[in-house]
Amino acid sequence: MEALLGLNGISHWFGPIQVLFDVNLELHPGEVHALIGENGAGKSTMMKIMSGYLQPTEGTLQLDGNPIRFGSLEDAEAAGIIMIHQEFNLALQLTVEENIFLGREKRRGLFLDQKAMQAESRALLERLNCPIDPRRKISDISVPNRQMVEIAKALGRDARVLIMDEPTAVLTNRETDTLLEQIDRLRKAGTAILYTSHKLNEVSRIADRVTVLRDGHKVLEAPSRELSEHRMAEAMVGRSLSTLFPAKAEAKSETVLEVRGLTVPGHVEDASFILHRGEVLGFAGLVGSGRTELMEGVVGLRNASGEVRVNGVSIKPGSALAAREAGLAYLTEDRKDKGLLLGKNLRENLTLLALDRFTRIAIDRRAEEQALSRAIEEFDIRAGDREMLAGNLSGGNQQKLLLAKTMLAEPDIVIIDEPTRGIDIGTKQQIYGFISRLAAEGKSVIVISSELPEVIGLATRVIVMARGRIAGELEGERITEDAILRLAMELAEPKAEVE
Amino acid sequence: MTEAAINTFGRLNLRRYNLHVLGPLLALVALIVLGAMLNPNFLSYGNVTNVLARSAFIGIIAVGMTFVITAGGIDLSVGSMAAFVAGVMILGMNSLIPLMGVGIPLILVGMALALLTGFGAGLVNGVLISKVRIEAFIVTLGSMGIYRSLVTWLADGGTLSLNFDLRALYRPVYYGGFLGVAWPIIVFALVAIAGELLMRHTAFGRHCAAIGANEQVARYSAVNVDRARTATYVLLGALVGLATIMYVPRLGSASGSTGVLWELEAIAAVIIGGTVLKGGFGRIWGTVVGVLILSLIDNILNLASIVSPYLNGAIQGVVVILAVVLQREKKASEQ
Ligand SMILES: Nc1ncnc2c1ncn2[C@@H]1O[C@H](COP(=O)(O)OP(=O)(O)OP(=O)(O)O)[C@@H](O)[C@H]1O
Ligand SMILES: [Mg+2]
Repeated sequence: MEALLGLNGISHWFGPIQVLFDVNLELHPGEVHALIGENGAGKSTMMKIMSGYLQPTEGTLQLDGNPIRFGSLEDAEAAGIIMIHQEFNLALQLTVEENIFLGREKRRGLFLDQKAMQAESRALLERLNCPIDPRRKISDISVPNRQMVEIAKALGRDARVLIMDEPTAVLTNRETDTLLEQIDRLRKAGTAILYTSHKLNEVSRIADRVTVLRDGHKVLEAPSRELSEHRMAEAMVGRSLSTLFPAKAEAKSETVLEVRGLTVPGHVEDASFILHRGEVLGFAGLVGSGRTELMEGVVGLRNASGEVRVNGVSIKPGSALAAREAGLAYLTEDRKDKGLLLGKNLRENLTLLALDRFTRIAIDRRAEEQALSRAIEEFDIRAGDREMLAGNLSGGNQQKLLLAKTMLAEPDIVIIDEPTRGIDIGTKQQIYGFISRLAAEGKSVIVISSELPEVIGLATRVIVMARGRIAGELEGERITEDAILRLAMELAEPKAEVE
Repeated sequence: MTEAAINTFGRLNLRRYNLHVLGPLLALVALIVLGAMLNPNFLSYGNVTNVLARSAFIGIIAVGMTFVITAGGIDLSVGSMAAFVAGVMILGMNSLIPLMGVGIPLILVGMALALLTGFGAGLVNGVLISKVRIEAFIVTLGSMGIYRSLVTWLADGGTLSLNFDLRALYRPVYYGGFLGVAWPIIVFALVAIAGELLMRHTAFGRHCAAIGANEQVARYSAVNVDRARTATYVLLGALVGLATIMYVPRLGSASGSTGVLWELEAIAAVIIGGTVLKGGFGRIWGTVVGVLILSLIDNILNLASIVSPYLNGAIQGVVVILAVVLQREKKASEQ
């Protein structure tokens, strides 16, 4: 069968740094091709080249067997090639419907046909089991819902080739299932699909072929049924991998954080919980269950009523500074809009939260540079050069920088929202080790995660939220995928449990 | 969209950045060479002192404006505020003569009054913007009208003049100097150096840039956004007070037309210097260069009679637009 879209001998440089080395790849109609590799391996770069966002430094593209050059992404779109980016490309101030139809608005005479566009948006979102109102602004909807809008936007464009850069990084299992069903549908309809994900179980489930990139080189291509997840992971990191999760440590009995009757208007109602010294406490729940909002209320980033006590002392509500001074730190799930200054360099990003520790009267630039060297080493941040802008780091490396930034403040209590979103399996293992070491050192950690294995593998106690309330708590042996899901769904959809 | 921009411009980043650092400096050097060629008097002590001393008012204000703009704000009220502060200062000093007599203590009280008035005016702007959350453009457009009308009212439509004896005593603050350098120049230099240190080497400067670049990220990094933002307006207000202290002894009077268009000149100087109008990046030394460029254009047109000085505004306008065009390319490579 002839390839629909092919890459021949592609190499790519960013300035003096080469990130792709003579890569070949073919996409066939009706085939799902997975592209996997570590953070910074060059996956996003390769996809951007295929979809006209980037011109390769060397090598050619072929469409239906003919050489082709895409001058711009419009050229590629006209050829039926659509890409969903790793970082969102949505206009925050526009509505869901306006975003879905951006650049191909429907008209009736001189005016926009809003009714038709809204109806179609609603239909597309329904296909994705994502019942949000198309008239809402993007800035008002949650991160996973934004991803669904991004996917709906691509589905609405009738692609011949659909390129998806980590579409499931921000989704929970249920939403991922829906997305994979849609991918399957598109495959049956003859679309060629290129897909990346750091969740290898997904890759085995959906992909027909797998290509592995390591440091910009293609190291393996094979039909996915011939590869185990373990084999994929080892090809990615180039060494053998031991167990993913470290042993769990026993928490102390001392309470370091006590939250009582916390209500965040519109999101969380009357939530109470405690955290012990040296504990890793997991927070699970469906998207929209209020986990993020609860934590943002705890650390003073949202207006909330109720009481937050750190080591028995009540902290001033609504003040991020008071929370930080009490030793609380929160690592956001939204690294692009809330976590990092993409237009600033690594050093300024790293020290922003803990700047007072580098300042007497003036900022000690040398100490900052040393901190950056340590962070690059400790968190294995792969940056082409130290002076680069945070926005030019690969997605996973941005996440590592954000983690380094939070830890630099030396908090006693760390709340990590989706710690390994978009992070490769080798680094995941490092981060898990890191979290358990923190707990062993007597710090306390809260992990919010939509990846159940992560919560189960890390936490000694798990709190499950549903519809803005705490639905239940599980401990020790009772922490199972089944038990968590039961609690998460019970309140949300009484009948869903039966399935 | 932005990603595509990063990638196209990313490779040229370094070279472009250098051009942006050097651009305003090169323009300044070119102007100085041009001025020296056109008129031998250009580099004379008298002319240099004159140019620098006149730049000082706008310069001191522009340093404060750089912080406001870097933090993503704007202040249109500074010109009117200067006139208002001058009016309050003159009225205050005149009315205190019976009580304190003409003397240095009274001048010191007048200076304190000017600083305090500027501080207060800046605080009002800052609180309305960060606590009441009204757009900076709207708040300062409003206060611009208010201060302008207040000073006209205080002067009853005419001119407020400082008492004659006081004026004689106060004069040296503008016309005198230290080791041959005029006081306004010294004060401007000190403010610029302090500003540069504050912007580049303190947490406050870093926080301003962070707020201007992405307010959400700053908030999530436990930066006290409201306080820092208010502080930029307060700092600017106090610097307007300081500029007025240097300005009043020059003419010894204030009227409804004092400080007209100063806000635009200050903003123009900030932009020419390479500070990003949308916020997120500010450069104090650039602002100083911007101020000098604007006053040199004025000075050269007055000295050399090739182009009519009436075209001064037009040429300055072209320079500002050029600076923004260059800045836009920089934005693309930065984000
Ligand atoms: N505009 C740019 N300028 C300089 N370097 C860049 C730029 N874009 C990407 N890079 C570098 O190219 C390399 C490959 O990045 P890419 O985003 O393709 O990685 P990735 O495989 O998608 O990683 P991840 O899994 O973390 O998303 C990284 O080292 C990155 O820092
Ligand atoms: Mg990527």
